[in-house]
Amino acid sequence: MSCWETIQAYAFRSLGYGERLLPRGDFTLCQHFTLIGSGLIWNIYFGLLALIAGFLLANVLAVGKASPRAWIAKPADWFILVFRGSPLFIQFFLAYFIFLELKNAGILPWLTSAWSGALVVLFLNTAAYSGEIFYGALKSVPKGEVEAADAYGMAGWTRFKRVIWPTQMRLAWPAYTNEAIFLFHATTLVFLSGFPAQRQQGDALYYAQYFADKTFNPFVPYPILAFYFVLVTLVLIFLMGLINKRLNRHLPQATRTRVRFRPVLMR
Amino acid sequence: MFEFCSDPAALDTMRWFACFFTTGKHQLFYWSFVTVLVLLAITAPTALAFGFGGAMAARSPVAPLRWFGKGYISVVRGVPDIAFFLFFVIALDQGFEWLRHQAFCPDWTDAIRQGNDFIVCAEAKMPLSTAPQWVHEVYGFFLAVLTFAIVFGAFAANVLYGAMNAVPLGQVEAAEAYGMTPRQAFWRITVPQMWVYALPGLSNLWMVLIKATPLLFLLGVEDIVYWARELGATVLPRFSDYPHGDWRLYYFLFLLVFYLAFTRVSEKVLARITVRLSRGQATLGAT
Repeated sequence: MSCWETIQAYAFRSLGYGERLLPRGDFTLCQHFTLIGSGLIWNIYFGLLALIAGFLLANVLAVGKASPRAWIAKPADWFILVFRGSPLFIQFFLAYFIFLELKNAGILPWLTSAWSGALVVLFLNTAAYSGEIFYGALKSVPKGEVEAADAYGMAGWTRFKRVIWPTQMRLAWPAYTNEAIFLFHATTLVFLSGFPAQRQQGDALYYAQYFADKTFNPFVPYPILAFYFVLVTLVLIFLMGLINKRLNRHLPQATRTRVRFRPVLMR
Repeated sequence: MFEFCSDPAALDTMRWFACFFTTGKHQLFYWSFVTVLVLLAITAPTALAFGFGGAMAARSPVAPLRWFGKGYISVVRGVPDIAFFLFFVIALDQGFEWLRHQAFCPDWTDAIRQGNDFIVCAEAKMPLSTAPQWVHEVYGFFLAVLTFAIVFGAFAANVLYGAMNAVPLGQVEAAEAYGMTPRQAFWRITVPQMWVYALPGLSNLWMVLIKATPLLFLLGVEDIVYWARELGATVLPRFSDYPHGDWRLYYFLFLLVFYLAFTRVSEKVLARITVRLSRGQATLGAT
C-alpha cells in the first residue's frame, strides 16, 4: 500500500470513515503519521469546544467569585475549589459513572459516550482553572481605571463592558494562553479514563498507544505524537498571540505584555 | 476480620458493611493509599534532585551541557505528560534490559528487535523470570518513580532555573568581591537564597504532583484507582460472599474527597512554610 493510499484509508479513521480494520503488521512510518494525525482530530475537537464554552463559564465564575453577595460568591468559589483541587483523571472516572447511573435511569443516555461526556468534564474543568485566572485578573484591574469610569458616569453593565472586562482580559491573557495549552494536553486523558473508544475510534494518544503495544517499540509513535502536539502548541500560541496583540493595541509598545509559553500550572 | 463475619448473608446492614469494609481486598485498597504516599515521598526529593541537576546544567558555561539542560526542560514541558509517562515506562524497561543484555550475553548474535518483538537473553530479563512476585511489583513501582522523577524533574528544573536567576546579582558580585570562587559563590550565596524565590513554583509543582498520582494506574501499578475500579464493580453472588451492584461511583467519590482534602491540607502547610522561609529575606512577604 502506498503512502497516499494509506492516507486515503486512515486519514479519517478516528471519525469512523475509511478502512475498518486498523493496520496489523509491517507498520510503516506513513501509517504511524496518518493514524496518529487522524486521532488528533479528536484532541482538537475536545480542546476547541471546551475552550470556547469554558471561556464563557469562566467569565461568569470570575465575576461570581468576586461578588460581594455570599450566596453568589460561595458556590463559584466551591466550584473552582472542587475542580482545581482534584485530579482531572478522577473527575473523568467519576463523571463517567454518574453518566452511567443517569443512563440507567433513562436520562440523557448519550452522555456516556466520549464525544459528549468527556467534553462536559473538560468544559467544567477548564472553566474552573480559567475562572481562577480571570478572578485574579479582575482583582488586579487598576483602581484608577474604575474611578475614571465612575467619573464619566458609567455604572453597572456599561462600566464592566467598556472598562473592567477589557483590562481584565488583557491582564489575564498570558496566563490564559498557558491554560489553553494545558487543556489541549489534557485531552489525551479522555480515552485512558473511563470513557470507551467505540470501534477503535480514539484520539492521538490512543493510536500512539496502539502502535506502541503492537510493535513493542515506543521510540516511533510517541515522538510522532510529541511532534503533533508541539505543532498544536505553536499554532495555539500564535493565535492567542494575535488576540493578545489586539487586547494591547492601545498601549505604548514598551509596556505591552507578550504571550510566552510559561507552563507553571498543570492538572 | 470479625467473628460474626462467617455468614455475611445473614447479617444486618451495619454488620454487613463492617465485614464488607474489612475483607482482604479492601485491606489491599487501604494499603494502596500507602503506596501513593510512598510514591510521593520518594518522587518529590528525586524530582527535586533531577530539577537541581537540570537547572545547573542549563546554567552551565559548557555549551553542550547547557543545551542538554535547556532541551530537557523545554521538551518535557511541551508535550502532554501522559504521553511521557507511557513512553518512559516502556523505554526505561527496554533500556535496562538492553544494558544488561550487553553486559551478560556478549556472544548473543541475534538482533534484539526482531520485527515486533524485543528479545534479550534470559539472564538479562528485568526482573528475572524466576524472581518472586514482589520483585516484579517493586520493579514496576521503581520504574514509575523514575518516570515521575524525570517528568517532574523538568518542571522543577524550570522553577529552580528561574529562582537561581532571581537571586539579586549584587549578592553574587559581593561574594566574588570577597574572593569566593564561582563555585563557592554558587553554593554559599545563590543556593541558600534561591529557595524563597523557588517556593511559589515548587508549591504549585507539589500540588500538580499530588494530582498526577492517579496516573500510576496507567503505569500498571495496583494503586487506588485500580482498586476502586475492582472493588466498585458489580459482584455476583456466585463469586463472592458480599454481592453488590455497581458501586464504582461511590468509590470514586471517595477518591475525589481524598484528593480534595489532601490538596487542601498541603495548601495550608505550604503557606506556613512560605512564611517561615521568608523570614529575614529582603522581600515584601518577609516579616
